[in-house]
Amino acid sequence: MSEMWTAKLRNKWQKELPIEKLLPDDQPAYVASWIYVFGVLTLAALAMIIFSGIILAFQGPAWYHTSHAGKFTNSLHFWSVQLFFVFMVIHLWGKFWMAAWRGKRFATWATGAVAFIASIATAFTGYLVQTNFDSQWISFEAKDGFNSVGVGAWFTVTNLGQMLLLHVAFLPLILGAITVVHVLMVRKRGVVPPIDAQPSTDSEVGR
Amino acid sequence: MKTSNGAKHEFDAAPWKGPTKRYDIVKEGSIALVFVVILTIALSLLMGSPDEPPLTFKGWAVSNADNFYVTAVQELAGTSGTATYGPPYNKASDGLNMGPLWLQKWVGVTRPIDSVNDFVIAPLSTQVMSTEIASALATWNAASATERQGWASAYDDAITKVEGKLSDVPAGAYGPVPALAKGLTDMAKAGALDAALLSQGGFFQTDNTKQILFFGDGAYLDDAGTKANLQGGTWGMMNETGRYPGQAWLWLYSFWYQIPPFNNEESKPIGANADAYIMGIMGLLSLGLILIPVIPGIKSLPMRVPIHRGIWRQYYETQGIKRRKK
Repeated sequence: MSEMWTAKLRNKWQKELPIEKLLPDDQPAYVASWIYVFGVLTLAALAMIIFSGIILAFQGPAWYHTSHAGKFTNSLHFWSVQLFFVFMVIHLWGKFWMAAWRGKRFATWATGAVAFIASIATAFTGYLVQTNFDSQWISFEAKDGFNSVGVGAWFTVTNLGQMLLLHVAFLPLILGAITVVHVLMVRKRGVVPPIDAQPSTDSEVGR
Repeated sequence: MKTSNGAKHEFDAAPWKGPTKRYDIVKEGSIALVFVVILTIALSLLMGSPDEPPLTFKGWAVSNADNFYVTAVQELAGTSGTATYGPPYNKASDGLNMGPLWLQKWVGVTRPIDSVNDFVIAPLSTQVMSTEIASALATWNAASATERQGWASAYDDAITKVEGKLSDVPAGAYGPVPALAKGLTDMAKAGALDAALLSQGGFFQTDNTKQILFFGDGAYLDDAGTKANLQGGTWGMMNETGRYPGQAWLWLYSFWYQIPPFNNEESKPIGANADAYIMGIMGLLSLGLILIPVIPGIKSLPMRVPIHRGIWRQYYETQGIKRRKK
């Protein structure tokens, strides 16, 4: 039984991330600052982006130019993206000044940083599929940067079809997957203790 | 009590055994979601979102016919921005480089564009045309490549000499080029060029590359970008049309374009290849962001700057932990 891959995976999961860790009802007493709110606010804004994005995807990229409902949905998408980045940047700076990678949390930091970079790429393709003057301008200007390092040979910012597919399918999938891993890493490792926090007894060291 | 670095690392990594408090993360997440939903709806209702209509070839040809006409001549003569671009569109140049790295050249032509045929001849050929234009097209198609280049270059040079003032261009051996440029201008004025550029190759088309590149060869798009404060030299990468926030998160990318040598195209080798160098720099910085936890100096910055004293103020006070001495 223990040789089964499924059983091994389940056992490892239950050991590393039991449900009490995944959905805890308590936190260390030092989790007492507004800075902790910005991670969950980032996730909330991401949920709003996905919700408004799904409606826009069902109606097609040109819908919002001619419909009041479309314009409002586009505005929801636009502002949730703006809020998402504000929250995420504050979260990122907060985690930097907390040196939140301490205590075997490198992967938590790295997945967060990759999520930030993937978010920039996803937002960028969003600006390219607005099908308005801004997307005309951005695609003409941005092509030179990508072409200059050879990336433009395959990542064609002037190709609306390619950008639309990347924006609504590929990049959200990547970003979503990284975000899930990031959140699971946070839950697995717990919230990093304060800098200069010391164990109160010898038994708390090196367990 | 002092602990070694190894013991402190183990302490930071181990499950917290100190004081805890009740913390409802599902409730916190739900409140955050409601807050974001309300804030987003309020901003959307109050501010809306940007949506400047796209430019059209008709708008260009009607508002600045001479510039459109001259651009069409440049496409035929092979002197336009697209015709001289290099990879991935053609082999007219090697493109940009980063020192010994000629990545643009190495990847080669993957999105071939022939500015003569794709931008002028093919679109014109789709039209029901006057006898003059039909005759000009027939003459062009029957001519040798040398003849075509001779006519187009002679006319392009003549226009350059009179600084674009078309009425001052002297008579010359320009062949059918003036008629072709006029035919394309009339086609654009009628609103037929936008679709003709897009539809080359079939019924279903989603690639606007030809339209965008042709637009950029003239002054119309560039002027509109300047007017909207979107030029790269003035932080335009971060800006949005109207009074809306743009991609502010690109501030660092945009920053490099504001300072020497990147902001001077005449400065070799870096300024002339700014796009490539800035891409390289941002790639390295992105990697640096991911690797901050292992970069000496930067990884210990949070311990030296006491911002964490504010974040964990309550904990430090209750535990009586003083700020570490340098």
